[in-house]
Amino acid sequence: MLQVEGLHLRRGSNEVLHDIHLQLSPGQVVGVLGPNGAGKSSLLGVLCGELAPDRGQVTLQGRPLADWGGQERARRLAVLPQVSSLGFSFRVEEVVSMGRMPHGTGQRRDAEIVAAALQAADAWHLVDRSYLALSGGERQRVHLARVLAQLWPGEEGTTLLLDEPTSMLDPLHQHTTLESVRRFADRGAAVLVILHDLNLAARYCDRILLLEQGRCHAFATPEAVLTPAALKAVYGIDVLVQAHPERGHPLIITR
Amino acid sequence: MKQRVQPRTLFICLSLLCLLAVWLSLALGPVSLPLFDTLRAGLRLLGLPIAADGLQQAEMILGQIRLPRTLLGLAVGAVLALSGVAMQGLFRNPLADPGLVGVAAGAAMGAAVAIVGGAWFGMPEAFAPYLLSFCAFVGGLGVTALVYRLGRRDGQTNVATMLLAGVAMTALGGAAVGLFSYLADDATLRTLTFWNLGSLNGASYERLWPLLLVAAGVAVWLPRRAKALNALLLGESEARHLGVDVERLKRELVFCTALGVGAAVAAAGLIGFIGLVVPHLVRLLAGPDHRVVLPASLLAGGVLMLFADLAARLLLAPAELPIGIVTAFIGAPFFLFLLIRGRS
Repeated sequence: MLQVEGLHLRRGSNEVLHDIHLQLSPGQVVGVLGPNGAGKSSLLGVLCGELAPDRGQVTLQGRPLADWGGQERARRLAVLPQVSSLGFSFRVEEVVSMGRMPHGTGQRRDAEIVAAALQAADAWHLVDRSYLALSGGERQRVHLARVLAQLWPGEEGTTLLLDEPTSMLDPLHQHTTLESVRRFADRGAAVLVILHDLNLAARYCDRILLLEQGRCHAFATPEAVLTPAALKAVYGIDVLVQAHPERGHPLIITR
Repeated sequence: MKQRVQPRTLFICLSLLCLLAVWLSLALGPVSLPLFDTLRAGLRLLGLPIAADGLQQAEMILGQIRLPRTLLGLAVGAVLALSGVAMQGLFRNPLADPGLVGVAAGAAMGAAVAIVGGAWFGMPEAFAPYLLSFCAFVGGLGVTALVYRLGRRDGQTNVATMLLAGVAMTALGGAAVGLFSYLADDATLRTLTFWNLGSLNGASYERLWPLLLVAAGVAVWLPRRAKALNALLLGESEARHLGVDVERLKRELVFCTALGVGAAVAAAGLIGFIGLVVPHLVRLLAGPDHRVVLPASLLAGGVLMLFADLAARLLLAPAELPIGIVTAFIGAPFFLFLLIRGRS
């Protein structure tokens, strides 16, 4: 469980995050939405300890983030960055195995977990390929498998932070990716995911944090957050919101 | 994907090559010794009870000249190759090389200060190798740290900036060495010129000890951090999220490189491209896992160095080429080959 109260972050003279309250609870997927420059990635940076907040403190399992030892923390908190710049020809299986580094579970168990994580990310068929020979979307799925392997099987007490995990994926894999993230949360993990696609967020998230210029515009269920008025105010777009004919979650249609 | 060589096969082949290289390096030279005599004399030097008949000359050449030279070659090659791996890991770029990012130039600048300064202030002879190692180390460390700082912005390492900073530092180092050459008298000038071309000639046990110590230290330390180095290749923040103390790891890498390159430059002058070529060849054969790359580079660096030294000794025999020329003739085309291959 990851929690932050009254978070403020300045970069230079700009206040990029203002008074954010956020709690990631076991079993929940929290989506973060907002226009470019709203502070989504900065928020993720603070939550994983890469950026030091000016006010407010991030706690993991009730303990300040900075008090955790590196390995101890890595067994509970995994982060998928937006882009990765691996320039060496590791095999896919080796990349995903790196997720097991903080653990001492032994080779055989690690191999099982790596296989399971690759399957969850629908990247099992790539296992023997060289990372450098993969397309952008395939690489993104391999890194997803890596962070899933890091927290596998995703039990209560683990927290997963994802920065636009679907940005390079085809429509099918946008769904398979978020479905496996959803299953991860169903096993007890707390998940935060930054998304741009409003409909994906509406379908897979339990709660949505809508950011506007570093401030929390709304933090509630998709039905409560994704309203025409809110989306007009934050993004400046005119939309229709209807219930999905089969699933009932909000469906956002641009006018 | 292309099949990789099994680590075990690689290590067996490299060990055999290493033995062969040592044997040839002991046997061949201006006075070539019969291979079998070399073997017997070598074993006698190791303290094995072998009849000494007719081996006195071989033993003397081996003990006084060839053995220190061979050990020097092995240690310099190993340390430069390991430094190359450390640099490429630190900069997360397979084209980083101690010579390209200015580290070697910094070490040479330190060596020049030590040689000329030491001569000016009437440094006792016995101290000279240690002062040299120390100054080369400080020069290397300073430049590594500076280039690394210049190449970083917003927590990211910008490789292009870093390489350009390396070019500038190399030019600055060249100017400083030039200045000291200008100020030097004839005797020191000879020594300085020798550093700039690099050579294993005139190896002595006094010059060997500091280097062997450093080589042993680096060879023990770096492989302990192999897993963390693998994670570092993903990116600094990724490595941090995997539980690696990245700042500490980077300090260790910079320290090991500066120490290794400093000691190697102090002992044998500027020998380029070993640090670039060796880790590359190893990765081409066995993949980029540092648990294999580090020990294999150590062996392969020593082997390549001994073969380059054999070429330096034999090509123009009885005259001798500086080994830096040989490695540059092998390494520079190899570097270009990598650039062209990377583009296609």
